[in-house]
Amino acid sequence: MEVAKVENVTRIYTVGKVETQALRGVSLAIESGEFTALVGPSGSGKTTLLQLLGCLDRPTGGRVIINGKDVSQLNRDQRADMRRGTIGFIFQFFALIPTLTAYENIEMPLLLNGHTAAERQARISELLDAVGLGDRGASRPDQLSGGQQQRVAIARALASKPSLILADEPTANLDTPNGQQVMETMTRLNKETGVTFVFATHDPRVIQYARRIVTLRDGLVAEDKAVK
Amino acid sequence: MIQMLKLAFRNLGRNRRRTFFSALAMGLALALLLFMAAFIQGEVGSAVEASIQLQSGHLQVRTASYDEAKTSLKWEDLIESPEQVAGQIASIGPVAAATPRLYASGFLTTRNESAGVRVVGIDPTSDASAPFRMGVLDGAFLAPDDREGVLIGAPLANRLDLSAGDSVSLSVNTSDGDVAEQAFTIRGIYSTKTSSFDSVTVFLPLAKAQVLTGAQDRASTIFVLLKDTAQTEAVVASLQAPGFQVLTWRDLNKLLIQTEELASSYMAYFYLIVLAIAATVIVNTQIMSVYERTREIGILSALGMRGRRLLALFLTESGFLALAGILLGLVVGGAFVAYFTRYGVPIDVSQFGVTGMLFSDRIYTELTAKDAIQLTVMTLIVTLLAGVYPAVLAARMEPVAALRAEK
Repeated sequence: MEVAKVENVTRIYTVGKVETQALRGVSLAIESGEFTALVGPSGSGKTTLLQLLGCLDRPTGGRVIINGKDVSQLNRDQRADMRRGTIGFIFQFFALIPTLTAYENIEMPLLLNGHTAAERQARISELLDAVGLGDRGASRPDQLSGGQQQRVAIARALASKPSLILADEPTANLDTPNGQQVMETMTRLNKETGVTFVFATHDPRVIQYARRIVTLRDGLVAEDKAVK
Repeated sequence: MIQMLKLAFRNLGRNRRRTFFSALAMGLALALLLFMAAFIQGEVGSAVEASIQLQSGHLQVRTASYDEAKTSLKWEDLIESPEQVAGQIASIGPVAAATPRLYASGFLTTRNESAGVRVVGIDPTSDASAPFRMGVLDGAFLAPDDREGVLIGAPLANRLDLSAGDSVSLSVNTSDGDVAEQAFTIRGIYSTKTSSFDSVTVFLPLAKAQVLTGAQDRASTIFVLLKDTAQTEAVVASLQAPGFQVLTWRDLNKLLIQTEELASSYMAYFYLIVLAIAATVIVNTQIMSVYERTREIGILSALGMRGRRLLALFLTESGFLALAGILLGLVVGGAFVAYFTRYGVPIDVSQFGVTGMLFSDRIYTELTAKDAIQLTVMTLIVTLLAGVYPAVLAARMEPVAALRAEK
């Protein structure tokens, strides 16, 4: 089953009178349960493609389909509704809310989705254990290491059981052991829960975890290959 | 909902000093408004009350031709048999006191100096003379049959360096247009704590004033005090008679009342300006907060938070700020008002040279519940409105742009 699909998607950014074509007509389908890397040099359109898949942005042309629904023309609130519960995000910077504890950060999407207190509690303990931070729920982000923060972010991305998790350079700000730990956590959760991961990276140590590698160059898909 | 409140509260706690100073700005604005409102209320109350008690009464009955500005002593401008007229007025139910008074312009001269004064002949036994009787600081009050005594105010006594028992010469204009002069003894020195009145008003017993000015058995006015100010109009209606004019405290304090009306209308602008300044602080704080947290807004948005909820989050933060500010304002403003309600604000009335307007030397602030509630609600509304623009700014951010932000 296709979780996400883009059809001949273009995205043009206009700054002043200068137009930059970030995507020039990309078509790609992501199947459920994939663990896919988007690779390519800086400026090749990886982040733009992730943002379109994540309903954070709208394409200039073409269609973006998530779970069979065309999301290309949805307005801001409709896209927010689409993201909530369907898509999880992991960012390059450790995107936690600094005033909230690890527990409360993971709780945020559950609150937005209207889960009861009991449901939230059960789900959060399960997730904290899953990312190996069972005892750090009460810690604020500034009390956690970069790797720990990124694992909290992974737990948060998984919280409302989305069908697709998008990660933009998830290990770029981590040292090798922490990066490795984050990638192993993602791989394990992909296998255990079947949730689809698409991540952008140009780190060869990260690429080796992928089972499908899509290479972008100058806003176009240059190569798309499965890895054993 | 509770989580939202918690998040908003913690966001304010991130930069405690900034939050405190923003709330303080709002608080001080409210405190200032409360104090100003209480001050003006106290001033209006005391000025009107002082004028009624000392100068205008609730009502005055005069002949139709009497012109106050000329302090006329011509017989045709004066009331004949004033004791009898006063007696009739005093018999009306709501009247507390009715007493004849005779006004003349005069000159008080000592060996070295002299001063222009307003000479008032009063019935020393009338209840209406109580403020002067109670206000005697030195010497004694006048007796009705005193032929040589005058009562002068403390500021005048200070200026001319006089004390009780000293001799002075008093010249007054008379009914036939001449000037009469006679030596008097300072019988007593009084103070009504209203310097603008005390420094120019000299009292004689009515009988002596009538003899000195040649008015004989006549008076300038019947000075009437009522038991209740609210009954003024009713009493005026029952006092109409041909050849007489009945003036109320409103007519007699026109300038004062107009000044107060003017004051309350420009105070409304003053309040708005003060609140606008304080609101600017809130807007500034919240805009800073929005820009500092741009990426965070992007994250919340990525998690699926709708614009409306982001709006609510930032509005809740300014709501908390407003509550903290109002609390501070009520405490600080309340303390100030309470202090000055008890001890008064000393003011230098010698600066107010407006004829006919009396201001007490101390203004006791008076905060009405209506003013307190109105100003508090106004401050709350202004703060909440000030929070709208930054909140809209946050809610309208495009998630992609917000996530790209530096921090």
